[in-house]
Amino acid sequence: MTQTQHQGASIAFKAVGKAFQKPGGGTVSALENVTLNVAPGDITGIIGRSGAGKSTLLRMVNGLERPTSGRVLVDGRDVGAATGAALRGIRREVGMIFQHFNLLSSRTVAGNIALPLEVAGVPTAQIKPRVADLIARVGLSAQADRYPAELSGGQKQRVGIARALATGPKVLLSDEATSALDPETTQTVLALLKDINRDLGLTIVLITHEMAVVRDIASHVAVIDGGQIVEHGRTYDIFAAPQHPTTRSFLSGVTGVTLPAFIRHRLSDAPPATGGDEVIRVTFAGEHATDPMLALLTTELGIAVNILAGAVEEIGAQPFGNLLISLPAARGAEARAYLERHNLLTEVLGYVS
Amino acid sequence: MSANLINLLIEATGQTLYMVAIATLIGTALGLPLGVFLATSQRGELLSAPWVNKVLGLVVNATRSIPFIILVVAIIPFTRLLAGTSIGTTAAIVPLTIAAVPFIARLVENAIREVDEGLIEAARAMGATPLQIIRKVLIAEALPAITLGLTLAVVSLIGYSAMVGAVGGEGLGDLGIRYGYQRFMPEVMAVVVVILIVLVQLVQSVGERIAARVDKRAPKGRGQ
Repeated sequence: MTQTQHQGASIAFKAVGKAFQKPGGGTVSALENVTLNVAPGDITGIIGRSGAGKSTLLRMVNGLERPTSGRVLVDGRDVGAATGAALRGIRREVGMIFQHFNLLSSRTVAGNIALPLEVAGVPTAQIKPRVADLIARVGLSAQADRYPAELSGGQKQRVGIARALATGPKVLLSDEATSALDPETTQTVLALLKDINRDLGLTIVLITHEMAVVRDIASHVAVIDGGQIVEHGRTYDIFAAPQHPTTRSFLSGVTGVTLPAFIRHRLSDAPPATGGDEVIRVTFAGEHATDPMLALLTTELGIAVNILAGAVEEIGAQPFGNLLISLPAARGAEARAYLERHNLLTEVLGYVS
Repeated sequence: MSANLINLLIEATGQTLYMVAIATLIGTALGLPLGVFLATSQRGELLSAPWVNKVLGLVVNATRSIPFIILVVAIIPFTRLLAGTSIGTTAAIVPLTIAAVPFIARLVENAIREVDEGLIEAARAMGATPLQIIRKVLIAEALPAITLGLTLAVVSLIGYSAMVGAVGGEGLGDLGIRYGYQRFMPEVMAVVVVILIVLVQLVQSVGERIAARVDKRAPKGRGQ
């Protein structure tokens, strides 16, 4: 490719706050004291429910929103303080893709991808080959002269990605870019983003309400709730040991490991006086994920284990397992100690009699 | 119908077309930028200038409130200043244009406001200047609606042009009144009406055809 200089930029949110004026007077706080650092070349997922403030946070990176307190730095430059030509200069280094694609219906695929180059004042002679490269990169060479109305959702998002890459940005922002796509298309779009991150080294920040998207693509994750970051770190660590209730509720959705209803309804917090079973969540991380720990529990300690639900999947390249088991309450402490000794994480969910 | 009358009809048709064409051209040249400005200058918009927006909006509304026949008479001094005379076909273009500008401005404003906010956001995110956004995004995307709006404006102006007979504007409407009504020649009136119907049909179908050609969105009813 005739490559404009790509390279990731760092992004730093420093004690960022955003308050909106209410129509009747007073203010609503959308973000409070958000501090977050994104290293160059990282793929960071910001996950939160709608209204949590994730969209506001993302839009501060290219100055579509300005913080009311704190600073947002991209490659060391203060976006919130930039105006006019300086701000437009930063924006050309930050590409953005959108949930509803936001393509011009009046322009073809090639025309849409050419737009940011025209806007940046690139000479016409240079636009054509650059656009052809970008179209090839996202696999749409056969559709170059089609209009958006003739494309599928996945193809439209590919156009969006090519357009976002046109000016050779250092950062790519993704605003729920796969939320309007079916699961299969989502996978191909995420794979494309991964390729781009690997090949061009640019920093990607994506917001989503789907933990599956974070699992499939993000190296780091920040969980936002009520305008604050409640948890952030490496994706694998967050999946293995979520601390905040919001994170856990997002995770239970994606790992698919929830208690079957017939047990959930019988669950109590205290162990029964005699007998009964203890219900435990076991999280397998890293190389231990594939060890036959439960079989060992039975053969070495003679504890009968009942599997209620479970899944093993990959986060990044690492395996990650999540099992819900029940075993005799009397031997619960002993079994958990054994599992913890073998580097598994356990959590008592309750008891059934 | 005598050859003389047929000549009069042809001449009147030419006069109507002349008045409407010039009024549409000047009306668009002034109404288009005015409409774009009205659509982009409210608080927080691209060219945010809320006070200017409000004042221009008032002027547009005021002009549009005046019945056309009154406008024609009321601005006679202004017409004389601009056209050198206050009677005749060329003079009639002045009130026609003055009626066309605010009308076209509102049509353009509506068309621009229909453009998806997301496109403006995408263009801002690219680092586009407000003028680039207006030229490359708003007008380009609103073009089908603007075309239909201009078609509506031309049809309305053909109707208005029938009233300029009051200042000796001539044209089809004037011919219909003077011959068909005042000289009791109903057949002239009938022919005038038929020509007007044909003209309007022609303008409407050409306008719709152009609008369909520039419209690359998915046909309605098939989702997007």
